[in-house]
Amino acid sequence: MSSRMKNIIVPILAVLLGIIVGTIIMLITGYDAGAAFIALWDGAFGDIYYTGETIRQVTPYILAGLAVGFAFKTGLFNIGVEGQLIVGWLAAVWVGVAFELPKFIHLPLAVLAAAAAGALWAFIPGLLKAKFRVHEVIVTIMMNYIALHVANYIIRTVLSEKSDRTADVFPSASLRSPFLEGLTDYSRLHWGIIVALICVFIMWFILEKTSRGYELKAVGFNQHASEYAGMSVKSNIILSMVISGAFAGLAGAMEGLGTFGYASIRGGFTGVGFDGIAVALLGGNTPIGIILAAVLFGSLKVGALNMPLEAGVPNELVDIIIALIVFFVAASYMIRIFIDRIGKKGAK
Amino acid sequence: MDYVIEMLGIRKEFPGIVANDNITLQVKKGEIHALLGENGAGKSTLMNVLFGLYQPEQGEIKVKGKSVKITNPNIANDLGIGMVHQHFMLVDPFTVTENIILGSEITKGGKIDIKTAEKKVSEISEKYGLAVDPRAKIQDISVGMQQRVEILKTLYRGAEILIFDEPTAVLTPQEIHELIQIMKTLIKEGKSIILITHKLKEIMEVCDRVTVIRKGVGIGTVNVSETNPNDLASLMVGREVTFKTEKIEASPKQEVLQIQDLRVKDARGLPAINGLDLTIRAGEIVGIAGVDGNGQTELLEAITGLRKSESGSILLNGKEIRNFSPRKVTESGVGHIPQDRHKHGLVLDFPIGENMVLQTYYQKPYSNGGILNYKEIYKKAKGLIDEFDVRTPSEFTPARALSGGNQQKAIIGREVDRNPDLLIAAQPTRGLDVGAIEFIHKRLIEQRDNGKAVLLLSFELDEVMNVSDRIAVIYEGQIVAIVDPKETTEQELGLLMAGSKRKEAGE
Repeated sequence: MSSRMKNIIVPILAVLLGIIVGTIIMLITGYDAGAAFIALWDGAFGDIYYTGETIRQVTPYILAGLAVGFAFKTGLFNIGVEGQLIVGWLAAVWVGVAFELPKFIHLPLAVLAAAAAGALWAFIPGLLKAKFRVHEVIVTIMMNYIALHVANYIIRTVLSEKSDRTADVFPSASLRSPFLEGLTDYSRLHWGIIVALICVFIMWFILEKTSRGYELKAVGFNQHASEYAGMSVKSNIILSMVISGAFAGLAGAMEGLGTFGYASIRGGFTGVGFDGIAVALLGGNTPIGIILAAVLFGSLKVGALNMPLEAGVPNELVDIIIALIVFFVAASYMIRIFIDRIGKKGAK
Repeated sequence: MDYVIEMLGIRKEFPGIVANDNITLQVKKGEIHALLGENGAGKSTLMNVLFGLYQPEQGEIKVKGKSVKITNPNIANDLGIGMVHQHFMLVDPFTVTENIILGSEITKGGKIDIKTAEKKVSEISEKYGLAVDPRAKIQDISVGMQQRVEILKTLYRGAEILIFDEPTAVLTPQEIHELIQIMKTLIKEGKSIILITHKLKEIMEVCDRVTVIRKGVGIGTVNVSETNPNDLASLMVGREVTFKTEKIEASPKQEVLQIQDLRVKDARGLPAINGLDLTIRAGEIVGIAGVDGNGQTELLEAITGLRKSESGSILLNGKEIRNFSPRKVTESGVGHIPQDRHKHGLVLDFPIGENMVLQTYYQKPYSNGGILNYKEIYKKAKGLIDEFDVRTPSEFTPARALSGGNQQKAIIGREVDRNPDLLIAAQPTRGLDVGAIEFIHKRLIEQRDNGKAVLLLSFELDEVMNVSDRIAVIYEGQIVAIVDPKETTEQELGLLMAGSKRKEAGE
C-alpha cells in the first residue's frame, strides 16, 4: 500500500475506532448509543440552523489547525496557539471598538491587527528559540498564561470601566452577516469562513509554491542540510512562528469580530487553540486534511450540545470520543502495523 | 569436513526484494573466512540471520554440525557466536571492564564484583595479546583500543566464532596492522573468524577462504591462495574493474585556495586548527591524510562557512572568504560534497529532484520573484540524474528511497554542475562499492582536468594515494607534511599521521 493511501486511511480508521470505543463506553454506562449518534448528527446537520452553527465553529478550528500545522511543517511545535488566539481576539476587538471607519477599511484593519498581534506573540518564542535555543514548547505554554491574564487586565481597565466585557465592536468592523444569518435560520454564521478558506490557500501556496516555503520545509526536515545549503535556520524558525502566530491571531478575530462581537474576561482558556493541535494532527498537517479535520471536530462539538436534549446522553461523551480519536491518531503507529499485517495476509 | 558454521541455502525475503537467495556459507574451524560483496549485496542480512535478528524463509544453519534455530541474539551468544560491530556499542564514561560486563554483571551480595571481573578481563586480554587496560575509561582510549574492547566483550561471553563487520574502516594503517596480528592470535587459540569487508587487500593479507555474494546471490567460495584481487573484484561486481585510477599528469596553474595561519576552535571550544597553512592550485587534487579527529572536520567547516574561525585567512582566487556565510562561500565558487550525506548533503524527505537545487532554488530560473518554477527544477534534475547515472525510479522519488551510492552520485552531480572553482570532497566514497567508487574518482579527476582545484578528504589511504596529486598530512590541527603520492609509502604516511616529525625540504 502506498504511503499516501496510508496517510488517508490512518485518520479515517482512527475516527472509526474512536466512535466504536465511544459506543462501547455508552453501552457500558447504560446509554442508548444509537439515539446518541442520531442526536449528534441532528445537532450538527439536522437543521439548517445547526449547519450554520457548525460552519461557524469550524472556522476558528481551521485557522488554529493551520497555525499548528504550519509550525509543524518547519519542525516547530507551537503549543501557544491558544495564547496567540487570545491576543488576536483582543487586538481585533480593540480596533473594532476604538473608532469607527468605513467598513472596507475598518474590517480589514481589525482582522490584520489580530494577525499582527498573534504574529508578535509567536515572534517571542521564535526569537528565543533561534537565538538562545530555548525550547518553543516551554515558552509558548508560558505565553498562553501571559496572554490570558494580560488580556483580562486590558479588558477590565482599558477597554471597559471595570466591567467583565468590552462594548460590542462597531458594525463597520464586524464579520457578522445578516445575509448568512438569514440563510441559516438566524445562526451565528459569519464571513469568517471565507477568511479561513483563504488562509488554507495561503498556507498551501507558501509551502508548495514559493522558494520561502521550500526553505521552511527544508529547515523543518533537516536543519543541518539547510545550513549547509546556505539557508538561515534562525530566520526561518522565526518566520515560521510568526506566520503560525498570524493564523492563530486570525482565529481569535473570528471569535471577536464574528461569533461574539466583543471580548470578555475569561476564567480559563478557550480550548480552541489546543483543539487546533488535534485538528492539525488528524489532518496530517496538510491544508485539505486540516479542513476535513476541522469539519469533523466542529460538527462533533456543535452536535454534542444536542445530545443531552434529544437523547439524554451527557455531551462530555463527545469530549471522550474526541480524546479517543486523538489517541488513535497519536498511536497511528499501531494502526500502521495493523494495516501492514492485513496487507501481507492479503498478498499471500 | 570440520565446519564450525554452516549456512546452507539461506533465503531471506523482504517485501518486494530477495535480500539473500540460496546463499551457502561454510566456515571451517580455525580459519579467517571473508564475506565479500558490494554494498547492498546482502552481507549484513546474512550475518543478521546468523545472529538471530532475522529468520530465513528457507535454508538451514548448522553450528558444529548440529542443526540449530537461532531465533534471537541471545541464542547466538549461547552458541558461541560473537559480533564485533562496525559502530562500537560502548558507554563512553564507563571503564573498559564496566563496558565488558554490561548485561552479564557478576554480583556479590547485590553489588557488582568489579575486582573479579577486572581480573578476568586482564586474563583474556593477556591471552590474546590485546593489551587493554581494564580500568581505562572508553572516552580516554583510542579508536583501535575501543575496537579491542569490543573484541574482548565477545570473548568474555565465550565466543568461539567472531564476526567482524568492516573492522578496518575506522583504523589507521598501524592499527590495521595490529588488528591483523590480533586476528591471527585468535585463530591460533582456536577461534574462527568471519570478516565482512569489501576491501580486497585485507582479504588477500589475512583470509584463508572467501565467499562472494552479489545482489543477494551466492557466487561461490574460493581459496585466497588461488585467487587475486582482480578476480575477486570481478566476482564481486560482475564485470572487469580497474583499480589504478587512470589519470594524466597534473598541470597545476594559479592558486585557487590559500589558507594562512588559520585557527579554529571545535564545538567544545578547544583549539582544533592551530595555525594551518595550505595552498591548492587550479588543476590539482590535494588529498588530506590524517587520523580522524585531527581537525579535518573543523578545517572543512571553516572553509565552507559552517564554522566561525578565530584568526588567519582563507583566500579564494585571491579574495578573502573567511567567516563568510555558507551561502556566500557557495556563491563565491566553492562546491562541497559533505562528509555525512544524510546529515548535510540531502533533505531525505524531499524528492531527489528538489534536492538537486538545494543551494540554487532561489536563483533564476528555479525561482521567479519568490515563486518556484517546478518545471525548471525537475528539468534540471532530470538532466543531472541522466548525466550522473543516478538510479532512481523517478526524479519525484524521495531521496531517502535511493541507495547510498545513488544518493552520493546525486550530490556529486549537483556540486559539479555548479561548476565551482574549488570542489571539496569529504569522504566522497565512504560506504560505497567498487563500481560507484570508480565512477566518483573519475568525476573528481575530470574536474581537475577541467582546471578546477579539488580538496579531497579521506580516511582511506588507498584513495588518498590513488587520486591525489599532492598529499597534505594533517596532525593536531596543522599540516605537518606535504608529500608526493608517487614517492611515499603507506608506512611513511602512517607514521606522519601518527605525529612523527619529518624534515621536508622546501616545505
